[in-house]
Amino acid sequence: MAPLISLEDVSKIYRMGEVEVPALQHVTLRIDEGEFVAVMGPSGSGKSTLMNIVGCLDRPTSGTYRLGGAEMGGLSRASLAEVRNRQIGFVFQHFNLLPRTSALENVELPLVYAGLRTRERQERALRALDRVGLADQASRAPNQLSGGQQQRVAIARAVVNEPRLIVADEPTGALDTRTSMEVMQIFQELGAAAGVTILLVTHEADIGRCAGRMVSMRDGRILGDRRQAPLRADPARFPLPAVEASA
Amino acid sequence: MRAATLVRLAGRALGRNKMRSFLTTLGVVIGVAAVIAMTAIGEGAKYRVQQTFEAMGTNLLIVLSGSSATGGMQGGFGSQPTLTWDDLRSIQSELSAVKAAAPVMRTASVIQAEEQNWTTSLVGTTPEYFQIRNWSVSAGQRFSPEDVTSGAKVVLLGQTVVEKLYGSGANPVGRTVRIKMVPYQVIGVLAKKGQSPMGSDYDDTAILPVTTFQSKVQGGLTKFLTGAIFVGAVSPDATGRAQQQIAGLLRDRHRLGPGIDDDFSVRNLSEIASAQAQGTAVLTTLLASIAAVSLLVGGIGIMNIMLVSVTERTREIGIRMAVGGKPRDILTQFVAEALALSAGGGVIGIAVGIGAALFLAHQFHWPTIIRVATVLVSLGFSALVGVVFGLYPARKASRLDPIDALRFE
Repeated sequence: MAPLISLEDVSKIYRMGEVEVPALQHVTLRIDEGEFVAVMGPSGSGKSTLMNIVGCLDRPTSGTYRLGGAEMGGLSRASLAEVRNRQIGFVFQHFNLLPRTSALENVELPLVYAGLRTRERQERALRALDRVGLADQASRAPNQLSGGQQQRVAIARAVVNEPRLIVADEPTGALDTRTSMEVMQIFQELGAAAGVTILLVTHEADIGRCAGRMVSMRDGRILGDRRQAPLRADPARFPLPAVEASA
Repeated sequence: MRAATLVRLAGRALGRNKMRSFLTTLGVVIGVAAVIAMTAIGEGAKYRVQQTFEAMGTNLLIVLSGSSATGGMQGGFGSQPTLTWDDLRSIQSELSAVKAAAPVMRTASVIQAEEQNWTTSLVGTTPEYFQIRNWSVSAGQRFSPEDVTSGAKVVLLGQTVVEKLYGSGANPVGRTVRIKMVPYQVIGVLAKKGQSPMGSDYDDTAILPVTTFQSKVQGGLTKFLTGAIFVGAVSPDATGRAQQQIAGLLRDRHRLGPGIDDDFSVRNLSEIASAQAQGTAVLTTLLASIAAVSLLVGGIGIMNIMLVSVTERTREIGIRMAVGGKPRDILTQFVAEALALSAGGGVIGIAVGIGAALFLAHQFHWPTIIRVATVLVSLGFSALVGVVFGLYPARKASRLDPIDALRFE
């Protein structure tokens, strides 16, 4: 079976005036459908650049990137947007929800660009919120939700268009340990239940251990790539923080 | 993206910053309101000028006799009777551009009723006069050609005269008035005509058959017509032609060789009217263009705020792009917002403009005319302003790099 993600000798060089900064150097990586991969590395290791390329937010300077067998390098901005809309879901460190917009409408957003009718959008968005256990918070705006809840809304938004791939950039970076585990639990469930491929960037070892495969990076190169028995994310192992308990 | 979604999205985005949206639209509101109010006033002024000249008479030309020269002093036109009754008949019958012609003899005289008297402008003429001047009666009837032939002692009174002699609203038809001791029967009251373009009162007059006028009021020369000839051209466009034809005919009849000055003058009042109308049209255009400039300023205001908004919402743009918003989607979203601002301002501006026009009409009795075309054009123009000035910020938004936009703090 052809891998879902296939990076062949991919480099990315940023130009800062006269200076060329290589962010990725000759990276080759294949990820199969349904894999849960954690990319780890210190800041500046190129993991975010890798993620942006895999997420079709950025294009490689050289090398080829295939998603589901299709070459992404030559696509226009509009075509890349369509690929992101149909095949990829994003989860960011700082949630990146639209402010002053209800959870439901935030989740609806990808479906707006998919051209769905209001009714169908709402039904599907509500189902996605239900999947992350937030159906009862649908009408709340992000500032009325806790950090963990906001990230779950963001995950609902990432899965609402039933993508083949979820790209998560430090999804637990702004969350406490217990909430982080809750989020990781959802990712594990998504992978197990829906067979969604997940590419997760993190620098926390605890989080990385929840994935089935760990890719470590440094200075724009892949240093290690190994399969591991994933640690089951269990929020119950961590005590409830005081603020969360009262919420 | 679907159109309905786009509209809702724009409405929501603007609703979030209500005060800012309101202040941004204010420029367009004022611009459109000014355009509407100014053109309403301009159109009203034009209409009033037209009305005044229509009251004066349709397609009217006035032929005056020549000037006299006594001891080196030139009298004005009409001081020397040169027009003859035969001239009048020729004008009436021989010229293709002339519809009707009537003699007008005039003098000021006292009219006595049973209890009151009033000095007014007495006019002797023929029934054609009413046709030329577009003047109907509000009570009774006009005198007939037979009354002219027989020199009947009948009189038509203007509204002002009726008011002064009998009080307002009275119907004096059938009563008797005296002019220079001669009794006349009032056979009709003239319809109200109002002010002349020069400010005199058309209704302060009494009209008798020209023959009666000659025999009883002002004994004239039998051959010469001591007064003016009022001529109605066949159409508004024909006034110039009628003027030339009359001049040619009279020069011919008066045997004026080449190089000799006219011993008469033909006044074309339609020309004055169209000049006046043109004047008001120029004024209207001027006012409207000043107003249009303010609309343009409003557009710049929109562009300014949209640029601020694009910067503020960089992150939102990044999110939208990440989840599948194409550059075109982002472009249309921001253009739609600018359009909503300007078109919304246009609608409010139209309401305010119409309100202002009605207020001026009510308060200062200015005639105002609001044309549907003006309203539609202003609305279209304000929408255009939104699209034009919204395009640049929207393009800027659509060209953002999603990664940079997402990182934007």
